[in-house]
Amino acid sequence: MKMRMRQAIAQAIADEMRADPTVMLMGEDIAEAEGPFKTSEGLLAEFGPLRVRDTPISEMGFCGAALGAAATGLRPIVEIMFIEFIGVALDMVTTEAAKFRYLSGGQYTAPLVVRASTGAGLGFGAQHSQTLESWFTSCPGLKVVVPSGSRTAYGLMRSAIRDPDPVVVLESRTLYAEREETVTGEEGVIPLGVGEVLRTGGDATVVSIGQMVGRAAQAIGQAGISADLIDLRTLVPWDRGLVEASVARTGRLVVVEESPYTGGWGTDVAAHVASSCFASLRAPVVRITCPDVPVPYPAHLEQVYLPSVDGIARAITHVVETGTRPVPWWEKEGLVR
Amino acid sequence: MMTPRERRAALADPVACLERMMEIRSFEDRIKELFAEGVVHGTTHTCQGQEAVSVGIAKVLEPADQVCCTYRGHGHALALGLTLDAVLGEIMGRTTGAVGGVGGSMHLCDRSVGLLPTSAIVGAGIPIAVGAALASSMTGDGSVALALFGDGATNIGAFHEGLNLAAIWRLPVVFVCENNVYGEYSRFDRTTPIEDLAERGRAYAIPSEIVDGQSLDAVVGAVEHAVERARAGGGPTFLECKTYRYSGHSRADAATYRPEGELDRWLARDPLSLYAQQLVGLGVLDDAKVAALRKAVDDRVNECVERTKAAEPATVESMFRNVGGR
Repeated sequence: MKMRMRQAIAQAIADEMRADPTVMLMGEDIAEAEGPFKTSEGLLAEFGPLRVRDTPISEMGFCGAALGAAATGLRPIVEIMFIEFIGVALDMVTTEAAKFRYLSGGQYTAPLVVRASTGAGLGFGAQHSQTLESWFTSCPGLKVVVPSGSRTAYGLMRSAIRDPDPVVVLESRTLYAEREETVTGEEGVIPLGVGEVLRTGGDATVVSIGQMVGRAAQAIGQAGISADLIDLRTLVPWDRGLVEASVARTGRLVVVEESPYTGGWGTDVAAHVASSCFASLRAPVVRITCPDVPVPYPAHLEQVYLPSVDGIARAITHVVETGTRPVPWWEKEGLVR
Repeated sequence: MMTPRERRAALADPVACLERMMEIRSFEDRIKELFAEGVVHGTTHTCQGQEAVSVGIAKVLEPADQVCCTYRGHGHALALGLTLDAVLGEIMGRTTGAVGGVGGSMHLCDRSVGLLPTSAIVGAGIPIAVGAALASSMTGDGSVALALFGDGATNIGAFHEGLNLAAIWRLPVVFVCENNVYGEYSRFDRTTPIEDLAERGRAYAIPSEIVDGQSLDAVVGAVEHAVERARAGGGPTFLECKTYRYSGHSRADAATYRPEGELDRWLARDPLSLYAQQLVGLGVLDDAKVAALRKAVDDRVNECVERTKAAEPATVESMFRNVGGR
């Protein structure tokens, strides 16, 4: 059935809450207000205020509480309204939760889900528009998941809730209202760590996540290039086998990221492919990213900041036709070296 | 050798409580020597002077109750029941350690006696204990959670957020602040504008008490009262245990910043001496028996040191065990 991504998230949580009485949801304005992005619509009414719990504006407090509860019998999901708000609670996620299993010799686990809205495109400005995947991907002990629409949001969320270890789910805010055909129930569950080939072709492997998957798909169509498009869906652990097999066939890798050029999640994919698939490569590995600047507020600049369909199409065409690195626009214009 | 749960149950006996405090003291003194000898590497934070708080808490709590404590945690762990071998094995990076030797001095854990992984981050255990209390309140398992932390932790956000959550949700949690006068290298009057930290508990509408942290009976009484309130659904309690850290912050710190005479004044109220005198006064022990107990404890610690030196070092394979995210 067609549903919006925000509805798919609420439904995935509801389905897990029905199946497992230890699952609960905590966060700011997630209960009575049903979430600022309506990702918990209907949950308070069905499950009551103990399992669907409004918190004070207190991320360190409720992330820590979620961890303590996870270690001692519950499966909490916490909602971080904007991913930047995790900054004040990062200790609980990266330093405590990520190490709980390790520092207990396996005696305690932390089946905890940290959900957050991410990304640019809605005019929220520099402190409410980042994606910040690499804050988590560089921290062993966490899984990191990024849905690209309603279908994957449903399937990945259910797996994240069932996972025995902490999982960070990063949700592109612009996709919450987007509708997509979505399979619910057991059939719709998507395992973590498995990427998906959305289209196939022989001239390039295009790898992306989140809201960039849709743009990459459009760009491939617009460019008229024959390419594999892989939605990684999980960044930790990412599906190396799937990407390696595709690059072995196409000989070219283009990573499309909504993250800064420096330190974005795609650096890991690019570095791995450049070294492990060197013999298969016919062209340099390419990353299409945002520039290394804070996200600008005005709508026209926000769209300049994000990789555009046109820009992605040009870059893919360039690498396929010339076998050289497409120079990012900000370098070409001499704005940043 | 006794299991952690048996060691815990033994604290019902007052003589065992004295013996456990002696064991912690002897262990910590020996640890300082082992570091000085270069037998172990890294860092360590010892708790001589604070033994009554650890043992008092352990005497009251049940093994199913959950405890979060700090990187100054050897005493807490030994009091709760962890064996000398588990704690020393961890400090020396041996497979016999509490978490297999990969954690080190600051990272101890034993689920069988409710010790959650100890944290090396000041204040981190406070919201985590609140979460354990939240789980207890939702599953109705009757357990309580207890967070142990120092005076320094009352200046970090985790403390305030944790207390606030516990108060608004009326959770079964006991906050025990060991005010040992120093946060790392700084005397607490230089970092904190009030004299009694119990005031901070009251600011969150949490019943708060000042406790003589050098008196085992005072700690036991206060913790009993707090645990009773928590189990009865009365919500959190904050206890400020006034105590003192005889050593510096960590092994590198000689604590030269202490005002002259301060250490001596506290040594005059040493928790081990106070409790030993009390038991002698009651006729439970005499001086000879106290000396014999001390000797037996020292021997046990020394035997453990020899055993642990001979134990297998943590393996490379163990680095890859118990890592999530894969």
